Amino acid sequence: MFKYLVEKEFKQIIRNKFLPKLIIVYPIIMMILMPHAANLDIKNIRVSVVDGANSSLSRELYRKVEASDYFSSVEVVQSYEEALQSVEKSKSDIILDIPASFEKDIVKTGKTAVYIASNSVDGMRGSVAASYLATVVHDYSRQVAQTPRAMPVVEIISRSRFNPSMDYKVFMVPALIVMLITIIGGFLPALNIVAEKEAGTIEQMNVTPVGKFLFIAAKLIPYWIIGFIILTITLVLSKLLYGIVPVGSLAMFYLLSSLFLIVVSGFGLLISNYSSTMQQAMFVMFFFLLIMILMSGLFTPIDSMPLWAKAITAINPMRYFIEIMRMVFLKGGNLYYLARPVIILCGFAVLFNTWAVVSYRKTT
Amino acid sequence: MKETTHAIITENLTKKFGDFTAVDNISFDVKRGEIFGFLGANGAGKTTAMKMLCGLLKPTSGMGMVAGYDISKNSEKVKKSIGYMSQRFSLYQDLKVWENFRLFGGIYGLKDNEIASRTDEMLKNLGFYDERETLVQSLPAGWKQKLAFSVAILHKPSIVFLDEPTGGVDPAARRQFWELIYAAAESGITVFVTTHYMDEAEYCDRVSIMSEGKIAALDSPENLKQKFGCTTVEEVFHKLAGGVL
Repeated sequence: MFKYLVEKEFKQIIRNKFLPKLIIVYPIIMMILMPHAANLDIKNIRVSVVDGANSSLSRELYRKVEASDYFSSVEVVQSYEEALQSVEKSKSDIILDIPASFEKDIVKTGKTAVYIASNSVDGMRGSVAASYLATVVHDYSRQVAQTPRAMPVVEIISRSRFNPSMDYKVFMVPALIVMLITIIGGFLPALNIVAEKEAGTIEQMNVTPVGKFLFIAAKLIPYWIIGFIILTITLVLSKLLYGIVPVGSLAMFYLLSSLFLIVVSGFGLLISNYSSTMQQAMFVMFFFLLIMILMSGLFTPIDSMPLWAKAITAINPMRYFIEIMRMVFLKGGNLYYLARPVIILCGFAVLFNTWAVVSYRKTT
Repeated sequence: MKETTHAIITENLTKKFGDFTAVDNISFDVKRGEIFGFLGANGAGKTTAMKMLCGLLKPTSGMGMVAGYDISKNSEKVKKSIGYMSQRFSLYQDLKVWENFRLFGGIYGLKDNEIASRTDEMLKNLGFYDERETLVQSLPAGWKQKLAFSVAILHKPSIVFLDEPTGGVDPAARRQFWELIYAAAESGITVFVTTHYMDEAEYCDRVSIMSEGKIAALDSPENLKQKFGCTTVEEVFHKLAGGVL
């Protein structure tokens, strides 16, 4: 009995005009575009320099700024007002104001001050730009310092572990895999079931001796297989495009991904049981998808959320899987360290799927 | 035993939706091999009664036996012994003709070679063998209904339930459809059919007329006409149901 049901699902998926294309194209587009678009690295900062001193030392300072990777353009203007106008017109992000007495002060006393003003409409970008610029100025001051007393006593050497180049893509790729699994593995089979409700074919199924468990399993299996195809596509692309491969074992990667597939498909089924039209199901799904993504630490760190928001993330299965994927990709993570999120995900899998099977009714 | 001579037995079968009583204490029997017509205006409770008999709805109270199984306690066993064709056409539009046969044959536990031979036989009888590779969605409505009926009796059920099977097709196609129903009845399948075409009621062995959830009359078309002094079942229906169709 089961064989015939699975066969039917595969035929329907393959004959669908849109689905097979979506299954191949969607992960490819996501993998090519998203890591660049969802890039939180702050780069291409444009600087306006008010060079009041117009001396060789001040020129040396802003050439140093120009040479840094973070700053894309350095424009020298005549006055602070002019620089401010440039910021207002969004032509510049930050102002470096060098006073007229800059060179004189350095030569005479070995001490001087510059003024940095940054555009903080985007607070994050503003403060990061200011701190980059301050670092450059600081480096410069050490270089020109005449007396040893200006040398900083403590030097901080920082090293980024697990993602040594601080590459944002390494952080994004595992998160993308999570989104793809959720959409393809969780939402597509649910929409498929609601579509059968709309077409009336589910009624025909309900008068047959097909058990609800078999009917649901036959719906899920094709999408799980599709989920694995997509995982493989993303893995290959992540290696080819970004040279990113999981530090952890591939077996672990597939094993834990299938656990999450079971969680999200259970969740999708739940939605399908309580929806009678595609429109309703889609709307409910997007509602949950948005909340799940925002509350998962995918784009923003959970640690900087307020307490109440942190509490919400605790009941978000996506959060645990993102944690797992980042560990598998970046740290290698053995099961001992992953135990907690894995156990929690198992709990979600049991909860959603039991609820889904219990709430699916063959009688109306 | 009544159970061996009767395909369907109901006693005081009732279905309530909140305060509304859709089916009100109906009791009737259907003999094996009979073509039983179930008439009633829209909203009279025909479909609700039929869904209870098929195990799609749980009765609020009363008893029903279908093919020897209790519909409240053994609805899954009932489902094994019946065929059902719903009012809304429900074969899979994106599957080919033979694929629909294969799917439903497989669901009822037929073997691959059984399905293949029965499908070929049925399609040849219908004169439809050349269309077996056609997607169902590209067929005309009359043909879809004949196919849906064939699929419903593919596993040789003891009873087949037809919910307004000829809705929306032309008179010629309706006559052809009734030929299929006769053929099925001759092969020993009990046919339980709802309709609101009164001419079709004349083709049945016995008909029941439902009005406001109750059975207003139940007899052969001839006896009904005699009893109410009418020339057609349609007139009987108007006398009893009083309403418009």
